[in-house]
Amino acid sequence: MNPADQRPAARGSIELAGVTKRFGETIAVRNIDLKIPGGCYCCLLGPSGCGKTTILRMIAGHESPTEGAVLIDGENVVGKLPVERGTAMMFQSYALFPHLSCTDNVAFNLKTRGVEKTERRARARDMLDRVRMKSFADRLPAQLSGGQQQRIALARSLITNPRVLLLDEPLSALDEFLRLQMRGELRNIQAEFGITFIHVTHTQMEAIALADMVVVMDQGQIEQAASARDVYDRPRTGYVAHFMGGQNVLAGTITSRQSGNFTIASGNKKIDITAPRSATASSPAVGDQFEVAVRRDRVRLTRAPSQAADAGVNAVTGRVSGIEYQGTWLKISIEDACGEGFVANVPDDQFFADPLKMGDPVIARWDADELHYLVARPGRAAANGSTVVAAAGS
Amino acid sequence: MQKLQTGKRPLSFYALSIFFGLFVLFLYGPMSAIYILSFQGPTGGLTFPMRGWSLHWFDALFSQQRTGDFAGAFTRSMILAVMVLLLTVAISVIAGLAFRRRFVGAAFVFYLAVASLIMPGLLVGLGVGLTFQTLGVQTKWFASALGAQLTWTLPFGMLIMFAVLSRFNRAYEEAARDLGATNWQIFLWVVLPILFPGMIAVALFGFTLSYDEFPRTLLTSGAANTLPMEIWGMTTNVTSPALYALGTVTTLVSFIAIALALGSIAIIQWRRSRPVGNVSSAKEPE
Repeated sequence: MNPADQRPAARGSIELAGVTKRFGETIAVRNIDLKIPGGCYCCLLGPSGCGKTTILRMIAGHESPTEGAVLIDGENVVGKLPVERGTAMMFQSYALFPHLSCTDNVAFNLKTRGVEKTERRARARDMLDRVRMKSFADRLPAQLSGGQQQRIALARSLITNPRVLLLDEPLSALDEFLRLQMRGELRNIQAEFGITFIHVTHTQMEAIALADMVVVMDQGQIEQAASARDVYDRPRTGYVAHFMGGQNVLAGTITSRQSGNFTIASGNKKIDITAPRSATASSPAVGDQFEVAVRRDRVRLTRAPSQAADAGVNAVTGRVSGIEYQGTWLKISIEDACGEGFVANVPDDQFFADPLKMGDPVIARWDADELHYLVARPGRAAANGSTVVAAAGS
Repeated sequence: MQKLQTGKRPLSFYALSIFFGLFVLFLYGPMSAIYILSFQGPTGGLTFPMRGWSLHWFDALFSQQRTGDFAGAFTRSMILAVMVLLLTVAISVIAGLAFRRRFVGAAFVFYLAVASLIMPGLLVGLGVGLTFQTLGVQTKWFASALGAQLTWTLPFGMLIMFAVLSRFNRAYEEAARDLGATNWQIFLWVVLPILFPGMIAVALFGFTLSYDEFPRTLLTSGAANTLPMEIWGMTTNVTSPALYALGTVTTLVSFIAIALALGSIAIIQWRRSRPVGNVSSAKEPE
């Protein structure tokens, strides 16, 4: 499924083996193992402080891992300078040298290698041409817009002919419109140069729009590393499901199991759901913590006689507590009797055929095969899903 | 952006304008009297009225016999000020870079350096002079006075560099390293050019503080006078408008120093904003 797998011979494959990074007492990255195929567009995604930028800086050579190895094309690069690694980094602020013209910014790497002035400027101009910034060659960085500065920063990095380009939140300094435009350009440039891009971001939609491979991180650990579609559609853990959004996560303790159904409970709340079909060794038993996700756009809403109506299997009953118009669909928030939230994304034509109002009692149903069983993670379940909660935010 | 409000200015505007006008008058009024009187005719005295106009007293100033060694004092002061300028800039930049790493005792060293701002200058001069005497070394304007003046200029220079460096983004250095620059190349091609306007400010402070430094220099300059001491001597000996001529000349030098500093910053900014690489772009067949 991963498009990057189709070209395994590409240069710039990266492997982190048992990498840990400590800053004094704090652990930024905990014993991470990760393989990124060459020529892949990889996004490191997570909230601020999750360790994604630290990983990027360790690959770039601006930080050294406390433990473990960083391999590029099979070679351990720990202790090597960035240029020796064949990596180039684009900084969040772009860090364009304010006293140099765009041409001289782009030519900087050639200058350090002793390339003669006329030649390095000519080569810098060629690179500026490739990022369509040739007409700005003589400008100073301060005379450029954010998007233009980013292209100069890209050109300055690409002129080093890197195997791996590392981008630290490259789009965060741009306004919404430019962000979408530059996002497409980044993807095009990556395809054109055919090198590995590692892009750090905290924006879910940015990651899945761009990446062949998304690495979701939290608290210095990898929650899931998979294709964009898998991460969004088949999140491995409750954390990923919450963080990516678009999912309702139901969590609780299994209180009974009969005729292929589970009852999971949390507090006063009970929900009956279809149990996983294949019984494996790790198949959950009564008394286990259990988490399951249902995509918000796979939930059907029907009117209920009252908020107390029995929903049956694979359904929750509640009252409409929020209606947000999103153009092609509406985000309907439902609050059950216990005050827990659940969200259904309803197509606009369906909604307007029989518009719901705030406070209307409804039943939200889903098909059994829309259930996505999550891997319970010890220690994390308590933080995120000790209650029957749907991610009502975002 | 101008405010849309086009009503009358408030009363406070006029009150503050008058206050500012008075301040300017107080600042430049007495000095202009000195400048005008320095062009007094050969028979003129220390006060108005003017008895003709001439450059007589400027000539008298440069002829040693009547007014002391003005030319020598002026030369010494200029050389000393340039030495102080260079040392202040060099040490301030290095200290500023060093203080970015929070080394052990950084705060103590900082307060130690800055304490000399509040120390009475005469005492500093006295201490330096005494030390030289104790060691049996003669005090000289280019040695003991140089050191005494640096205790005055360095704290200013360092404080300016701290302010400049606090706005200096370390990502510039990381980006340069990422692009393959060595430490020395990073310093020469990235750090120094970005800090350069700040260094000119430090240089201007170093020069002007040294040029009219009196209390620290008085007891450390040895046998030869610097300009401020020469002027001080003249105010008690000389009873001719040559004294005013001296005031005019030294003011002129100060203005030249300021003009050089501001001019060089303006030139740098002009060079940085003008198109570069004209040569190579002219070659391109476009």
